[in-house]
Amino acid sequence: MKALTFTLINPPEERLDLSILTPSTLAELTRNEIAKLRIGTSRRPASVGDLFKITGSDPANIIFEGGHSRFDGVASGMTGGSIRLVGDAGNQIARAMTGGSLYIDGSVGRHAGSGMTGGRVEIRGNAGDNVGGPLAGEITGMDGGVLIIRGKAGDYAGDRLRRGTIALCKGCGDYPGYRMIAGTIVILGRSGIMPGYLMKRGTLLFDRQPEHLSPTFLPCGEPDSPFAGLLDRYLISEKITDRALLGARPGKFAGDNAVSGKGEILYRKKGR
Amino acid sequence: MEQLMRNGVAIDDTFAEAFGMRATAIIITAPTLKWARQAAITMTGYATSVIGCGCEAAIDVDIPASRTPDGRPGCRVMIFAMGTDELQKQLKSRLGQCVLTSPGSACFAGLEAPARLDLGNSLRYFGDGWQISKKLAGRHYWRVPVMDGEFLCEATTGLTKGAVGGGNLLLLAADNTKALRAAERAVAAIGKVPGAIMPFPGGIVRSGSKVGGKYKGMMASTNDAFAPTLRGVVKSALTPEINAVLEIVIDGETSDAVAAAMRAGLKAVIDLGPQKGALRISAGNYGGKLGKFHYHLKELL
Repeated sequence: MKALTFTLINPPEERLDLSILTPSTLAELTRNEIAKLRIGTSRRPASVGDLFKITGSDPANIIFEGGHSRFDGVASGMTGGSIRLVGDAGNQIARAMTGGSLYIDGSVGRHAGSGMTGGRVEIRGNAGDNVGGPLAGEITGMDGGVLIIRGKAGDYAGDRLRRGTIALCKGCGDYPGYRMIAGTIVILGRSGIMPGYLMKRGTLLFDRQPEHLSPTFLPCGEPDSPFAGLLDRYLISEKITDRALLGARPGKFAGDNAVSGKGEILYRKKGR
Repeated sequence: MEQLMRNGVAIDDTFAEAFGMRATAIIITAPTLKWARQAAITMTGYATSVIGCGCEAAIDVDIPASRTPDGRPGCRVMIFAMGTDELQKQLKSRLGQCVLTSPGSACFAGLEAPARLDLGNSLRYFGDGWQISKKLAGRHYWRVPVMDGEFLCEATTGLTKGAVGGGNLLLLAADNTKALRAAERAVAAIGKVPGAIMPFPGGIVRSGSKVGGKYKGMMASTNDAFAPTLRGVVKSALTPEINAVLEIVIDGETSDAVAAAMRAGLKAVIDLGPQKGALRISAGNYGGKLGKFHYHLKELL
């Protein structure tokens, strides 16, 4: 079966909520039923058929040909299968996702991967603020899965991360790993100020010594670390990096001692 | 007893009798292979027989750095016991006393199975609150701070109930030198078979046993039928030209692994020939009533 494909006809005139277009929600629907689904969010909301030409029939594999920064909630609540979007997307993509894979061949807005608990998300472009972070009133952010931003991420990436891995491949804004509970954030390239600010536990990985650290992070030397070898191999197997990031003896800062201080920042030492 | 001849070596028409066991495996890594093996050898010390040691354990194979979880050289250790509780107890205490303590060591699951035994889950408390839990790619690890850095240990490893213990070969030779040479050849060949271990010293037993004895409380006593000095006074299995017998005991992850190991051992001893090695090869059994697994020598040639 060919992948179920949504080809964008006209750019949307309103913000869209595409959370209804996931493999599990479309599994039982005919093409006509899908065309009638409402995805607009204004008083006279657009339906799928107004904006997209629908081809293909395999709902386990969904392709969006063409994207827009008004495409909110792409793959939100997704439980399995795969979604591929060629273009940009808006806010809260992969929100509360539990499984499957999402690939976005463009840039996305705020709260990408917010509260996701499983699955794999890869974004080729940049991401806005609060990558993986909780919405207002929620206690934890991302709680599992793998979230890769190949471009640059905004501020507060990995806010209240509890489990899972976030990779920011071309740096990020301020406060990455803000209030982190546990989990792993990989940052390649330049980070803004105060990485790991108020983190309780968890691991921040850098390809260089981090700048602008809070004074509540304390250096812990550079002992031999088999865990660094394990992490390096994991990052390569997840295709986050293509060679060892940390090496056998990464430098370490412990923090944030303003809270429990059981978190860590590991970074590759210069010349190693 | 009927015999087959292969390259001048007589093969008894008999079988090795083996038992179902529980087994687990772990991978130990270290900065060098020497220290990975050291941790493994220490951990598998005093683990020759379940009768007296609680478990049977030995190194299965060495694993090159390119194939270990952390990219350092390592080896796979297998541990066998009669019950799950005893296996868990042995695993925990040996891991805690011998692997956690060994310089630079790390420890990973060496067997994938739905039934699990605790590894790091039981050792993490050594971290006194500073232990770190990490989940990567669906696997759970514990990191325990120690004086040379961190002890990295996977949380659990797999347990198999399909393991087999007690596969064996008896090598009968004209003298001790030849018996030992044949046994060493067999051990070297079996060492290359994955999933099979030989728990006795260097893989070889010289004190093969029979069940029970004349003294109260003895679960096993000397195998008098194969003791050359008793040839005249007991119902002996030895002919006049035999003056030394050595046994190789094999535990395998599966019945197939035991059969493959016995096949490899048989071939090595037959290839060595009767002039340099064994004149005759036999196997130990209890009449076929006790053990579920029978390995007939003639089927392994």
